[in-house]
Amino acid sequence: MNPILLAGEDLDFMIHGIFSYNLFGQELWITTTHVCTLLVMLAILIFCIFANRAIKNADPDKEPGTFQNIVELIVEMLDNMITGVMGKSAPKFLNYISTIFIFILISNISGIFGLRAPTADYGVTLPLGLISFGLIFFNKIKYQKVSGFIKGLCDPWPFWAPINIIGDIAVPISLSLRLFANVLSGTVMLALVYGLLPIFVKIGIPAVLHAYLDLFSGAIQTYVFCMLTMTYVTDAIGDN
Amino acid sequence: MNISGEEFILGCSAIGAGLAVIAGIGPGIGQGIAAGHAAAAVGRNPGAKSDVTGTMLLGQAVAETTGLYGLLVAMLLLFVKPLV
Repeated sequence: MNPILLAGEDLDFMIHGIFSYNLFGQELWITTTHVCTLLVMLAILIFCIFANRAIKNADPDKEPGTFQNIVELIVEMLDNMITGVMGKSAPKFLNYISTIFIFILISNISGIFGLRAPTADYGVTLPLGLISFGLIFFNKIKYQKVSGFIKGLCDPWPFWAPINIIGDIAVPISLSLRLFANVLSGTVMLALVYGLLPIFVKIGIPAVLHAYLDLFSGAIQTYVFCMLTMTYVTDAIGDN
Repeated sequence: MNISGEEFILGCSAIGAGLAVIAGIGPGIGQGIAAGHAAAAVGRNPGAKSDVTGTMLLGQAVAETTGLYGLLVAMLLLFVKPLV
């Protein structure tokens, strides 16, 4: 046995298969990522049901309660962030950007509750990047028409087109890899620290790392993902 | 001492992983430059501190990406072991 393999068996990166099933002769696994994604979605769903009820029962004559204030604060914050970047085309994209913002944020900080962050799996971030890419592409075709799209590809000179095409294709890949690598590096670093420490120190010291790697880094990366999506979409819409 | 082929490849992978993480130099310098300019900007215009901080963090997070690609390559070499 070699030391690298031994070290790999001690560490727990929290990816476990829970059960396998066969689909068209292919063995597939339900992993912790699926379960954690479902838990995150469930948490958001429960919050949304309560928020919906609180807003529906809100009485305009009375002063709002704590929970209603929090909900209004969140909506207002997302509203300001998106309007600040996208200007007058903001209302159309408010729903999508707010949804992915909340989902990615809760996913990134779920590591603090002992889950494995779903965004530390490339199978979660690549679809997010592809959805954003689809949105960018659709808006480019819709607002600049096909002629403007082709003109954009041949920007300085026509023979520049291959480089522009590569630059377009790199958008979803870099968006998804950035998020994935940041969250994964946090998860791996925490797993290494947990594997390193003796059992009685495991309670206090990793808390600092959790605060930085899960909360701070996760929040920043969420902001970056949404910000870049908004910038690309605003770019695609153009001035008209 | 006998070294089998698999162990040799694992050792080389560890060296490669170490070399791949050197990619962290670039983002380190870049983030430092961004932070330095942000500090200068706050010194010139202390009223715009929150705006400057937000822009700085966004730029640094984007600049971090290339370093993370190096980290990703190192992790693939160490834990996924594609060459063995």
